[in-house]
Formats: sequence, C-alpha cells, structure tokens
Amino acid sequence: MSITLEGARDLRGFLHGLPGVDRVGAEARAAMLAGRSIKTTAKQWALDLAISMIDLTTLEGQDTPGKVRALCAKARQPDPADPTAPRVAAICVYSDLARVAAQELTGTGIHVASVATSFPSGRASLDVKLADVRYAIAEGADEVDMVIDRGAFLAGNYDLVYSEIVAVKEACAAAGGGGAHLKVILETGELATYDNVRRASWLAMLAGADFIKTSTGKVSPAATLPVTMVMLEAVRDFREAHGRQVGVKPAGGIRTAKDAIRYLVLVNETAGEDWLDPDWFRLGASSLLNDLLMQRTKMKTGHYEGPDYFTLD
Amino acid sequence: MPKFEYAPAPESRSIVNLRESYGLFIDGAFTDTADGRVFKTISPATEEVLAEVTEAGPSDVDRAVTAARKAYEQTWSRLPGKERAKYLFRIARLVQERSRELAVLESLNNGKPIKESRDVDIPLVAAHFFYHAGWADKLEFAGYGSSPGPIGVAGQIIPWNFPLLMLAWKIAPALACGNTVVLKPAETTPLTALAFAEICQQADLPPGVVNIITGAGETGRALVEHPGIDKVAFTGSTEVGKQIARACRRMHRRNTLELGGKAANIVFEDAPMDQAVEGIVNGIFFNQGHVCCAGSRLLVQESVYDEVIASLRRRLVTLRLGDPLDKNTDVGAINSAAQLAKIRELSDLGEAEGAERWSPPCELPARGFWFPPTIFTGVAQAHRIAREEIFGPVLSVLTFRTPAEAVEKANNTPYGLSAGVWTEKGSLILWMASRLRAGVVWANTFNRFDPASPFGGYKESGYGREGGRHGLEAYLDV
Repeated sequence: MSITLEGARDLRGFLHGLPGVDRVGAEARAAMLAGRSIKTTAKQWALDLAISMIDLTTLEGQDTPGKVRALCAKARQPDPADPTAPRVAAICVYSDLARVAAQELTGTGIHVASVATSFPSGRASLDVKLADVRYAIAEGADEVDMVIDRGAFLAGNYDLVYSEIVAVKEACAAAGGGGAHLKVILETGELATYDNVRRASWLAMLAGADFIKTSTGKVSPAATLPVTMVMLEAVRDFREAHGRQVGVKPAGGIRTAKDAIRYLVLVNETAGEDWLDPDWFRLGASSLLNDLLMQRTKMKTGHYEGPDYFTLD
Repeated sequence: MPKFEYAPAPESRSIVNLRESYGLFIDGAFTDTADGRVFKTISPATEEVLAEVTEAGPSDVDRAVTAARKAYEQTWSRLPGKERAKYLFRIARLVQERSRELAVLESLNNGKPIKESRDVDIPLVAAHFFYHAGWADKLEFAGYGSSPGPIGVAGQIIPWNFPLLMLAWKIAPALACGNTVVLKPAETTPLTALAFAEICQQADLPPGVVNIITGAGETGRALVEHPGIDKVAFTGSTEVGKQIARACRRMHRRNTLELGGKAANIVFEDAPMDQAVEGIVNGIFFNQGHVCCAGSRLLVQESVYDEVIASLRRRLVTLRLGDPLDKNTDVGAINSAAQLAKIRELSDLGEAEGAERWSPPCELPARGFWFPPTIFTGVAQAHRIAREEIFGPVLSVLTFRTPAEAVEKANNTPYGLSAGVWTEKGSLILWMASRLRAGVVWANTFNRFDPASPFGGYKESGYGREGGRHGLEAYLDV
C-alpha cells in the first residue's frame, strides 16, 4: 500500500484517506483465524513463543515492592519444576516501582516496562506526562508504555495527539543506552470503531511509536482479536510504505493459552512471520502465564497438574 | 520453511459408518436395482473408493415416481401444514445431531475442506429445513392466494458442488408446500444424500415422500422425461439445463433451473481494502471455485489496481491447500478428473489468449485431483476466460474506470446469477444494485447465503427462485 504522510496536506486528510474497515468482514476474518486448529508440535512451539512474548503485568493501586519482587522472580523462573520453560519478555509496572523491578532483573535480559503519561486516563498536562516519562526512565524502565489522549483523538484534534507522542518519543530517545522503547497505548475500547483504530495506529506510527498497544487493561473491552488484526494490518502496511517495522501488543483480557495461540495465528496470517518474535509482538497479561505453563506441562507429561503445582506471583 | 508450521489437525473419519454398497431409497426403504447397475464412488482427494452405489435404471425411476405419487395422493398432500412442519423440524434436528458425521462425509466424497462443510454447508442445511418447517402451516400468508396447493410429484436433480445443501434447497420447500419428491444426487457425490435417506427413516417420514435415486446423466434423463412427475427442479450446468428446458417444454412440464454464472466482483477505489481482498478470495476460492455464483470475474477500479493485486497475491500465499479433512485446510480437492481437465483446458486457453497467469507457491498432493489457486491478470472482455464459466479456483481480473463502465462490463455476460460491490459509499451500492442484472447482489461481502433470501438467476443462469417467500412459488400451484 503506497500510503505516506508526505504529500498529504495535513494529518487529518491523511488519516481520513486511509481505507475504511468493514466491521462485519473484519470480524468474520478474525473469527475464521480463531478457528485454526493448532496441535501437537505446533502447539508446543506456540506455547513457548507465547511465554517469551509476555509483558508480565501488575498495575494496581495496591502494588508494593514485595509484589513486584515476587513477579520478577516469576519472570526469571516461570516454572520452578521445569528450567526449560522460557522467560517472559518484560515486567510491566507503574513508574514508582520500576526501580524495584530493574534491580530484580539486572542481567537477566528481561525488560522493565513502565506505564507513563498519567496512565490510564492520560488526563494531565503535557509537562506532567513528560515528567512521568522521565521519572520512569530514571527509575530504570527501558520500555515506556504511554497512553494517547483519547479525548483529543475523538474530538478530531489529531495534531495534539501526534505532538504529544512526538514529545514522549523525544523524552524516550534522551534516555541512555540507545533510548527507551516506546509503546503507544491506543485504548481501542474507547475509540469504538475499527476505522478509528486504524487511524490511531497510523498516527502513532507516524509520530514515532516503536510498538502500538491495544489497551490499558482498565477499560472494557480491552484487547480483541479483530482490533489486533486491524493493528497488525496497519504495521504491515506501514512497513511497506515506510520501511520501518513497528511492533504490536494486545493487552488485557488475554487469559488462556488458547487465546494466546489465537493471537499468534493472527500475527502469522496477517502481518506475517517477521512479527512472530518478542521484539515485534508482545502479550500484555498476568494470569495468562500460568495457563501457558499448565498447557506446556500437559504437552510434555500428557496430563494436567492442578493449579497448586504452578506458582502464584 | 515457515516459522509457524501448523501440525496436521485432521478431523476423525471414525464418526462415519460407510456401508460397502448402497441401494436406491424408494418408498421408505433401500432396495436393489431392477435394471440398473452399480458404480464406485471415490474421494477426489485420494481417489480412494469409498463405497459402491447404484445407478438407477428406467424401471427404478418408475418405481420411485410411483411411490412418490402414492405418498402424495394418500398421505402427504392430505396432511395439514402443521403436521408436515413437525416432520421438517424433526429432519432439521436430526441433521444438527448428525452434523459432524455429515460434514466429514461431505468432505470425503466432495473434496471440500472440513472447515466449509462443518461451518457453512451443514448448518445451512439445517437452517433450510427449519426455515421451511416454519412456512408449512403459513402458506396462505405467502402471497399466493388464500389456499395455495401443492403441485404434486417433483423430480429434482442436484449438482456435486454442495451435495447436501442443494438437496436441502430442493427437498425442504417441496415438502413444506405438500409435494413429494424423487431426487437424484450428482453422480460423483451421492453419499450425503444416502445418509439423508437414513435421516428420513429416523424421522419416520411417511414412505415415498422422499425417494433418492442415484445415478448419472441417463438416470436424470429418465426422471425428467417420466410421465408421472409434475415438476422438474434442476441445479447444474447451463448446457444440461437447456436440454432439460427443451424436454420440459415438449412435455408442458413446469420447471425451475439454477444454472451457471460468471459473476462480477466489483472493487471501487474507496472499498474497505482488507475486507475486499478477503471477499475476492472468498468469492472465487471458497469451495475451490465450484460455486455457480462464484465471483470469477474481478473488476477493479484502475486507480487501485496495483494495490489490490499486490494485496491479493500476498493473501493467496497464506491459503492452505491440502487434505480436505484437515481443519486448517482452506482449499480442498477438485471434485473429479473430468472437472480438473476442464479447468486445465480453460486455464491453458487463458494463457494462450495472452492473459498473465499467477499462482502462489503451493505443493499439490500427488494423488487425487488438485488445482492451485490461480489469478489471471490482463484479461479483457473478449477473452474466453472472462466469458465462460470455469467452475474452479481461477480468477480473471479486469479493470474499469467509472461506475457506469463497471455496470456495463458486469452485465456484459450471458449469465446473471450474482454480483458483488465493494465500496464504503452507501449510495453507490444502491446505484449499482439497481443496475446490475444479477439475482443476488452482495454489498461488501460475497457468497453469503440464508434460507430467507431468494436465490436465482437472470438470462442463462436460469429461472425461478429458491429460498425465501419467493422460493415457495416453485412448489405451489399458483
């Protein structure tokens, strides 16, 4: 698809010139892919890949250093009974707990992601949002999960949304060691239409997002298969037009191994296998990990272990 | 090698109990032939022999028609509509109960992916019986007078592309309206019709209301020309349809025909592109293109031609061709050696005519009948592949500049069964739909079926409608 911002006179004209998404057709396609049957060796491979793509998340008011330390221990060693179980991709916490996570994960290769920009609502001044980002990075986050200003987006104030992402991207780039990785949360549950999801995806990518992410997990619906599919189409088309690959992260509501595998099939048959890698696709989740581990053990031993055989974080 | 290799996920065959041989279902029981012979029916995916079936001879046809006549006069036409409805509801429920078995059997004998027989064919079969069960006691409200009566005995001949679904399209309305039937399934796909005969027994349908006689063209001819039938319903090729129409005219016999097509799938520059590409794929590669209403002519607005073709090619690479019983198969086997030969012949002709042929890299199984998904670009209206029905996974791509030109090209065919329009502009959809001479016009979708929606053609695509209120007319004396 030959879509570039250059030549389009303004952002609004460009975003509204993107092809529409037919809701019925998009949902039918996602449902068809959800029906793929992934068995035996394919399932084993997919379970391990899914584990390695998890951003293991806790984003609660009641989070404490103790809770985050426990989560980090789980990230390092998901299954104490089976050291071959892969590690997760990252831990995702609020910025004030990023330091705890960073200390716990030093030298493991597991990333520390921090939400920022007045997560989850994004309702604050730009100064406050940028301060939040700088603080998260200073506390040790190497990945920043920002939220867009959905109010501005729905009001048609695309330039504002765009300039905020650009400013956050600059703050991320200023971090040491090549800069922090920027994930842009669209909060698709508040954008309501697939057309908006596609427009917000392009807007975020044009503004410099390294990843586009569906949801905060605080709004229902969070990640869905059709929304993720529309975002995967967007990153696919964006790479074709701009030559830059952008990652995708569905987050919220993904609880079972079956769900996770459906997402991997969606990636495989929409954006393509280049995205089947923790560098380009993540699953934002908390309880998902244990179900993946349970299925993994079932594949290896032929029987299910009870929930008490898997550690709570 | 692909990163994510889907392991084989075959649906189990064990649910299907095939008999070694099948007789003819006449007057409520399976009987041997009096003057016919037996032939073998195979799986087109492997050429494995599945069972032996009977080719009904003239006296078998006569017995079946006689049984249908007796059932019509003595029981079925005398039953109140609400009693007929009970049988149809029962059949619908039995189809649902046996849906997995029927889906596997359909895929085995036809070659279509289990995904389609399981998710499309069999659910629609049940839906057709449920829908028409609902009409059986409400016919006086169908708009055909205060007490519309049945016609009598219907002779029905169905094709091999949707064996059980076409059976349902024929039998459900006929029975709902009070007729009895003698149905002949296609020569290559008799097995689900024979399973349906068992369902009629299970449902305690009065003997003779449904008779199923297997066989080939000669059996069909004997049925069409039998003096004891009152109506012929045929779905199949235009060539055979014309012969049947001539025979029926000679005999002053009612008939409805649903024949071939060469549908235009029209993509405008403002289409929802990703869904349009899905719709193109679904339009021509669904059921290996063995669909009379397949979107076999793609008309793309020239301004988005490159983009559409690039997206389409990328999408085709992900199509999974192979074992019809594998749950991940998107494209199954061609139904017969004869059909494969026809597809090859027309495709070779397309190349010879100067169109550019493209298929995604795809390995074809060594045994069975297979043809890769194929796109022809640079096709003109003058090419035979733009005019003749290929009835296979072969798409001809043409371009247009304006809506008026799209209509002109879409209608410039001897057929008129279906068409598709892809645009985000509602007013353009309506403008197009009122000008396209096709029985069905799909907007931003393709190959969607519902028993409440009438289906049928213009011109050489046939006459009469099936489904919906309109479809009842074919089985009522109005």
